[in-house]
Amino acid sequence: MSEIIKTDVVIVGAGPTGLFAVFELGLLDIKAHLIDILPKPGGQCAELYPEKPIYDIPGFPMVTGQGLVDNLMQQIEPFGPTFHYNEMVEGLEVLGTPEAPAFRVRTDGGKVFETKAVVVAAGGGSFQPKRPPVATIEAYENSSVFYAVRKMEDFRDRTVLIVGGGDSALDWTLNLHPIAKRIILMHRRDDFRAAPHSVNAMRELVASKQMDLLIGQIAGLKGEDGQLSAVSVKTADGVVDVACDRMLPFFGLTMKLGPIADWGLNLHEQLVPVDTEKFETNAPGIFAIGDINTYPGKLKLILSGFHEAALAAQKVHRYVYPEKKLLFQYTTSSTNLQKKLGVS
Amino acid sequence: MTKITFIDAAGQSRTVDAEDGSTVMETALKNAVPGIEAECGGACACATCHVYVEESWVEKLPKAESMEEDMLDFAFDVRPSSRLSCQIKVGPALDGLIVTTPEKQG
Ligand SMILES: Cc1cc2nc3c(=O)[nH]c(=O)nc-3n(C[C@H](O)[C@H](O)[C@H](O)COP(=O)(O)OP(=O)(O)OC[C@H]3O[C@@H](n4cnc5c(N)ncnc54)[C@H](O)[C@@H]3O)c2cc1C
Ligand code: FES
Repeated sequence: MSEIIKTDVVIVGAGPTGLFAVFELGLLDIKAHLIDILPKPGGQCAELYPEKPIYDIPGFPMVTGQGLVDNLMQQIEPFGPTFHYNEMVEGLEVLGTPEAPAFRVRTDGGKVFETKAVVVAAGGGSFQPKRPPVATIEAYENSSVFYAVRKMEDFRDRTVLIVGGGDSALDWTLNLHPIAKRIILMHRRDDFRAAPHSVNAMRELVASKQMDLLIGQIAGLKGEDGQLSAVSVKTADGVVDVACDRMLPFFGLTMKLGPIADWGLNLHEQLVPVDTEKFETNAPGIFAIGDINTYPGKLKLILSGFHEAALAAQKVHRYVYPEKKLLFQYTTSSTNLQKKLGVS
Repeated sequence: MTKITFIDAAGQSRTVDAEDGSTVMETALKNAVPGIEAECGGACACATCHVYVEESWVEKLPKAESMEEDMLDFAFDVRPSSRLSCQIKVGPALDGLIVTTPEKQG
């Protein structure tokens, strides 16, 4: 087992709410580790609409999704949060008592944390690859069908069908081409969203017959015991079988509640009910803020998540520093807060 | 009022009034038409508002922009009649439009 990381707070999810929680906790001298399954911060803002304008962030007449995330990252920098990307929080175990809570948090990458409080800022759930809706696909997952390349070796000397038209599909086509037996790239149309230079490189490989390009869509899978032997493909000329023993479908990401459902938290329609004073769940020491929570009047807006982060931080302080009294202070005038922000 | 008919994958049909200026996706949600999820709320960022436009309407609708075509790559069983319903604006010219929802949104 890897070394246990000890911290005040683990924040599940690095969306705008999780990021701002670092700020509010930081003002109260509480250190945070953030974990997100995505390779970058920003949650929905960065993943779903980085270039779209947002008009209802107080004080910003207009800011793009990515612009907001960049600003938040700058704003929380003085507090030196630690980010753990590409990791999904899987397990959450209660170690302490309701008066002095403590938790053990485990990720799918094998990291283990021990923490005094957990802030669940998981939005609509963790971003996970979309699974093509073909029967029996689950039987092949992680043996023949993969949604990401973790080890290139899994593809050596294999006939790999890569499905999609974006950067992931094209990048892996080019990266796996040298080690695979054969690469077949399949897309629904002969038009690719991916970066033009990778599209050109792919077209050259096709022209020199070093790989195949197929225009079509997945219709079914053939094989036995999780070992893929062919994919049925719907093309303009009818359904054909394409022999292959590995498939990599890239259809983007969707949000799934995921392991949060197993943490002993009350759930209401895939959301975590909280009180509106501390935004604490039914489990003392576990908080839920942002899109993941629900309470009477809840609005799934970024500004609600910010407000919830500020209030939750007050209660987290009671758990982390039970003996200290909290003084209400403004960042404008408190030299103490300004020192923490590195501006005084 | 502009009328739009939604047929679900099982063949059940629902005709509803659509507000001009709204979108076909919004019309579906407002009228609790099943089969359209619209996870991203119409930002052309999720492809879970995928519909098949009835053959005779395909040519009558304004063509999909490249953003919509790109997003359709994330939908499944895409056909020549496929559209993202959040990108179809409702107006009087759409009166009588018929769309079918797919068996499953991505
Ligand atoms: C197209 C679009 C436009 C929008 N426009 C606006 C707008 O104009 N104004 C506005 O206020 N709001 C808008 N929203 C809503 C806004 O984006 C959300 O309210 C906001 O992103 C919620 O932030 P969050 O931090 O709570 O969750 P999210 O942004 O969903 O982030 C949650 C993060 O947690 C991660 N996560 C979840 N579970 C786990 C796990 N078990 N392990 C590891 N990581 C996990 C996820 O991968 C994700 O990165 C819009 C949303 C969309 C999709
Ligand atoms: S609602 Fe998301 S793309 Fe149409």
